Amino acid sequence: MQLRKQLGLSNRGGFTAYLFVLPSIIFLVIFVVTPIVSTAYFSLTKYDLLRAPEFIGLDNYRVLIGDYRFPRSITNTLYFALGTVPAGVITSLLLAVLINRSVRGIYFYRAMFYLPVVSSFVSVSLIWLWLYEPQFGLLNDAFEALGLPRMKWLRSPDTSMLSIIILSVWKNMGLNMVIYLAGLQGIPPHLYEASEIDGAGRTSTFFRITLPLLAPTTFFVVIVYFIGALQMFVQVFIMTAGDPGNPQTRGGPLDSTVTVVVLIFDNAFAYLKMGYAAAMSFVLFAVIGLVTLVNARLLSYDIGY
Amino acid sequence: MNSTSTVVVTRRSKSLADRGRELLGRFGVHLFLAGFGIIFALPLYWLFMSSLKEQSEIFKVPPDLWPVNPRWMNFPDVLEVIPFWTYLGNSFALVVWSTIGALISNTFIAYGFARLNWPYRDQVFILVLATMMLPFQVRMIPMYIAFHQIGWLNTLLPLIVPSFFGNAFYIFLLRQFYRTIPMDLSDAARVDGANELQIFWSVVLPLMKPAITTLVLFEVIFTWNDFIGPLIYLRDNDRYTLSIGLRTFFTLYGARWDLLMACSTMFTLPMVIMFFFGQRRFIEGITLTGIKG
Repeated sequence: MQLRKQLGLSNRGGFTAYLFVLPSIIFLVIFVVTPIVSTAYFSLTKYDLLRAPEFIGLDNYRVLIGDYRFPRSITNTLYFALGTVPAGVITSLLLAVLINRSVRGIYFYRAMFYLPVVSSFVSVSLIWLWLYEPQFGLLNDAFEALGLPRMKWLRSPDTSMLSIIILSVWKNMGLNMVIYLAGLQGIPPHLYEASEIDGAGRTSTFFRITLPLLAPTTFFVVIVYFIGALQMFVQVFIMTAGDPGNPQTRGGPLDSTVTVVVLIFDNAFAYLKMGYAAAMSFVLFAVIGLVTLVNARLLSYDIGY
Repeated sequence: MNSTSTVVVTRRSKSLADRGRELLGRFGVHLFLAGFGIIFALPLYWLFMSSLKEQSEIFKVPPDLWPVNPRWMNFPDVLEVIPFWTYLGNSFALVVWSTIGALISNTFIAYGFARLNWPYRDQVFILVLATMMLPFQVRMIPMYIAFHQIGWLNTLLPLIVPSFFGNAFYIFLLRQFYRTIPMDLSDAARVDGANELQIFWSVVLPLMKPAITTLVLFEVIFTWNDFIGPLIYLRDNDRYTLSIGLRTFFTLYGARWDLLMACSTMFTLPMVIMFFFGQRRFIEGITLTGIKG
């Protein structure tokens, strides 16, 4: 440090530093702050892209409360999030612990579990639509072979969202598993040695060492997963589309899979109710913004490493 | 020191029965992983197998686990039904331009946050990161309206241009990597009178190859698979990317599972192959961004 000062060295970028990070500031202003401010503005208007936006005060929000599909979409989205996040986190953690132990063949297993992550949601939704097909789908054939009753999967309001949850947990498990693997490899081995000396069994080692030390990883995974779950759209758009071209039927039997983003999409791009869709977006923004605040606190904690 | 030797002693004193149990346990883990892995890979396996079946075989009960007579003509048949090459060209243009944009912007931005000191740097970093993470779905209405007003709808511009201004995930990834490169290297160049841009370009960037490969892999796969962006911004059939083309195919020929699976295979396989070639970089990238336990 002393030497650097004597040599007159400094990595104080000054003006240059601002030049380096400028693009991200531009992004922030143009693609984040402006859209959010204009969402708030458009949510107070009636706007169909053809005529100029017409200011109508809080009317959109009033209609929103009365729109039976909106509360439905919120409970559906929460059902989806609370279904995928715990199941996804627990399974990927267990998988990571298992794979971390048996080193041989790790590349093979990792690849196997990671392939759904690099596939697109459109194609995996199509595959699962085919697997869930009540009459000819592989799943019902397997169920029958195992002596289980054939299910209606996406065609029944009781199981439609569950079907989408199963597919989504499958799709993301590999990604979270790899994040957990990174976390596991960061745990100092001497802690395990110490617990072995103390005669701790596998279960208590897992609950007393592994799990507490993975807490930051778990927090990260849960938050990112949860924010992602609140935006669920593609699966519903592909799998429970109803009649092609008729958005009224999108969202599964008895609206059982309508999510907030599906509703935003339909109102904006099928009915051209931009103002109304903006009001919904603003509500979603408020929720995600809150989660992001927690996330920001986590990040400031994390970059301390 | 003392504790380490104790461990060695306990390990050595393990009985044969203990070893046997350990071996059995390890075997059980492999058995479970292999079994679970097969079930896990089944949907993708079924996609590839279905893409080679005839229409009549598709609806066979019970189903054939693999096609008896693989029908490769399903693939050329898809090309007859949809303008596959047009979609592919659009996807290709989107992927190439977005990747160029992501490369230029993120290497710059992350450098500013990782290797230069300036007031409130870390606070600004967190602000940038947290706000950039706000999902597209929340911002899509006003962005659509804005792109409508400047006449960019039905072009790839709304999808490409934002990538030239950085992405939270890549900034985080590259920043982690930049910090592993010794500061002394930059200092030595400073002694030689190099300015910051020269240090960035000829000293630090050449050492970033692994991180840059990771970024390219991620960006290619992300833009290739992206659905909601192209769905909103692209209107005409000849502007569609493959992901939208696949969905169009589905709405037109929803019952032709043979061709649908063939089309889906042509869309999915390139990314699967890319993953196999870049597996190590891919996992490394996540490991770098994944926070420590």
